[in-house]
Amino acid sequence: MAQASTAPAALSQDPSFRARFAEFWYYFSENKGAVAGLVFFLFLVFVAAFAPLIAPYGPYEQFRDALLVPPAWQEGGSTRFLLGTDAVGRDLLSRLIYGTRYSLAIGAFVTSLAMTGGIILGVFAGYFRGWVDTVIMRVMDIVLAFPSILLALVLIAILGPGLNSAMIAIAVVFQPHFVRLTRAAVMSEKARDYVVAAQVAGARPLRLMFKTILPNCMAPLIVQGTLSFSNAILDVAALGFLNQGAQPPTPEWGTMLADSREFILRAWWVVTFPGVAILLTVLAINLMGDGLRDALDPKLKRS
Amino acid sequence: MLRFALGRLAVLIPTFIGVTIVSFAFIRLLPGDPIMLLSGERVMDQARYEALTKQFGYDRPYVIQYLDYVWKALHGDFGNSISTKGPVLNEFLQLFPATLELSICAIIFAVALGVPAGVLAAVKRGSFWDQSIMTTALVGFSMPIFWWGLMLIILFSATLGWTPVSGRISLMYYFPNGTGFMLIDSLMSGQAGAFKSAVSHLILPTIVLGTIPLAVIARQTRSAMLEVLSEDYVRTARAKGLSSFRVVGIHALRNAMIPVVTTIGLQVGVMLAGAVLTETIFSWPGIGKWIVESVFRRDYPVIQGALLIIASIVMLVNLIVDVLYGLINPRIR
Repeated sequence: MAQASTAPAALSQDPSFRARFAEFWYYFSENKGAVAGLVFFLFLVFVAAFAPLIAPYGPYEQFRDALLVPPAWQEGGSTRFLLGTDAVGRDLLSRLIYGTRYSLAIGAFVTSLAMTGGIILGVFAGYFRGWVDTVIMRVMDIVLAFPSILLALVLIAILGPGLNSAMIAIAVVFQPHFVRLTRAAVMSEKARDYVVAAQVAGARPLRLMFKTILPNCMAPLIVQGTLSFSNAILDVAALGFLNQGAQPPTPEWGTMLADSREFILRAWWVVTFPGVAILLTVLAINLMGDGLRDALDPKLKRS
Repeated sequence: MLRFALGRLAVLIPTFIGVTIVSFAFIRLLPGDPIMLLSGERVMDQARYEALTKQFGYDRPYVIQYLDYVWKALHGDFGNSISTKGPVLNEFLQLFPATLELSICAIIFAVALGVPAGVLAAVKRGSFWDQSIMTTALVGFSMPIFWWGLMLIILFSATLGWTPVSGRISLMYYFPNGTGFMLIDSLMSGQAGAFKSAVSHLILPTIVLGTIPLAVIARQTRSAMLEVLSEDYVRTARAKGLSSFRVVGIHALRNAMIPVVTTIGLQVGVMLAGAVLTETIFSWPGIGKWIVESVFRRDYPVIQGALLIIASIVMLVNLIVDVLYGLINPRIR
């Protein structure tokens, strides 16, 4: 997105996109929280990308002489370990920095999986209606009848505990929301004149569905996408906390919390910082999501 | 109205059938031999294996097995737990009041704070109040509640010593023939301090479980109120000279509550998912903790039974919410 404003030459071929982006940015940047969220998110991307250069130590490196060292500013802390160390002498800050990679990857993977599947099913349901629609929507109702974590736990029992299973399970749980949104949007677009025109011009159903109609349905899906990005981070961390997600010693934030629960009364820092990292990351993405909704939802736009 | 309710019920039937198929298939999709999994044994000789296969009915075709499973489930037979050997339904009924009590307290907490906060934010749109309420709500909405619970324990239990760390009531109280609802039992027992102990055990779990619903309800109330406040009839009410309390509190709020009631109903599934985490943190002896422990113990019949029972409850509550929605909003009937 940041490149768009610095590379007008490339964009001038598509002036309508440029105009639309300018309009989008106008509304998005009005929301200060959204801009703050975006800045923090870009910071996280940076941290994740350059984790080995930023982190003082490796995520698995153990210092046997420094177990449960408190953060630097507290008595007994040392500047060697800014946020202290955990029970086996690993630097907490380094593990949190590497954990950024996991969280962003989790959000991206779960969202793209749930979104791709959801959009395909939703477009088919909304375009064909009839029995295709009925079957797809009833199956989604079944998925929605189970509380998210419960269904995820069951799927993990089948797939075996681990980060991959947890991500797939959460993607399955999130999918119905994308199906419903896509279906509703496709149904309202399908009757529009431009679709009828394309149909009369001889466009095949697949082209109509994915090239003509779908691009005009993206606004609510993008908003739902950011929401599922942040929820995926929360839910996969929760599964890690229940020992069903990423397995120790992976520096995934939820798993780190599960690992350190027993030290809650002795070493507050090992429990506090991973949660702060989850909260800030999720909050930043949700702030962005609110801004996106304001900018993309024409109903809420102030003229 | 009855037609509307029956129509909603009819839509539920295929979903219910689907849910039974999912929970039926669960045991058979697990890696490993279902007979071994169901009996909880690792080693057994051929004769015992065949006897168990017959006992569980696995020698019959899938369709018969499925129909048998549904037939038994409809009669309340969800199989037996491997670890306790007791019927799954009995265990569920024993633990359910704890989860229900906690969920009801959490919903009351969320509505009692969320609705006024949302109304205040909408009425004072753009003000300092609006911004701080909405920022707080977004933080609550982004909260990893398993961590939030640990933080509250560190602050209120470990540092300040105000609340207990886990359980439903102090060990010195015991109500053998109670309702299962600790607040009611402790009041009825008349024992000094029992009610206070039950309340102090409930406070932190209620806050933790209620946090996300609270945030959702506050946001939803605000946007519903904003929509309603710009309607003509609200302007008319104001023009008639009604006090702004009457306009906001009675004319506007009643209509703004329509979408909010749906939101509250939809929180039931969220609650049950949240109960899994909350009960694990606070060692709350309810359904959530039961499920997590069953996962750890590989007690698959319990998970299978819980899956079906809980999905049925969620569907039932959603049906009730749908019908209530039709009652308070005649337009959608």
